[in-house]
Amino acid sequence: MSTAEKYVTGAYLVLLGSLLVYLLIIALKVGRLEQELADLTQAAREKQRG
Amino acid sequence: MSSLNRALPAAAFALLVGGFALAFYWAPEDADQGFSQKIFYLHVPIALTAYASFGWGAWKALRLLWTGERRYDLESYTAIHMGVIFGLLTLVTGSIWAKISWGEWWTWGERQLVLFLILFLFYSSYFMLRYSTDPGPRRERNSAVYALFGVVLIPVSFLAVRIAGTILHPTIFTHEGADLPWQMLVSFLICLGGMLSLAATLYRVELSGKRVDASLRELRELIA
Repeated sequence: MSTAEKYVTGAYLVLLGSLLVYLLIIALKVGRLEQELADLTQAAREKQRG
Repeated sequence: MSSLNRALPAAAFALLVGGFALAFYWAPEDADQGFSQKIFYLHVPIALTAYASFGWGAWKALRLLWTGERRYDLESYTAIHMGVIFGLLTLVTGSIWAKISWGEWWTWGERQLVLFLILFLFYSSYFMLRYSTDPGPRRERNSAVYALFGVVLIPVSFLAVRIAGTILHPTIFTHEGADLPWQMLVSFLICLGGMLSLAATLYRVELSGKRVDASLRELRELIA
């Protein structure tokens, strides 16, 4: 692999790596929102019961 | 799920994979730069997408100031968020290309590079301004005005290479049209379409997440 090929591969991997990091962040965020929604549902049920 | 929510990621994937495949296997190798010119199909679409995101954020900011509708604040903020991500990718991929072509990661002598860095730092500071004030109409107005100021830098940054006296940074698109073979142009346009679709997909995902977050916050206050 020539130097140019290494750098070009590196540049394209930067995009791929960024997308994977973004996907991880979104997955963590969805998990957090899911947990918050479950907590709020629980709180709303308890409030309804009085 | 709307049809656009399904179509956008599919379009982004198909256009990016197809565009990159064409760039590597169909478009001719550049006579001057050789294989390293293949970064062009990645770097330039990312840079143009960053400009488009900042422009979209400014447009939404203008709508907020014009109509007073609060939903534009979140839309403008999300677009600028996308612009900063693509701006950072522009700087990273540009540095890699500079290292191969010019032998150095960065040069302060190129006006377009410096102006892009200023644009990037300007919009990065947007978040500091936004979170230095309490949520509410005042923060929304201040953020919108700031986002609008930044948009002035976009044409300056874009045109800098054309008015610059130096020749390090190449100028591909001139008044006479695109200065590259048609196979390269077709591959580039497909990559650009893919990158814009990717940004639109991420924008919608991010916006949905922020809207759900805001709704949950409101719900929490109502239940408490």
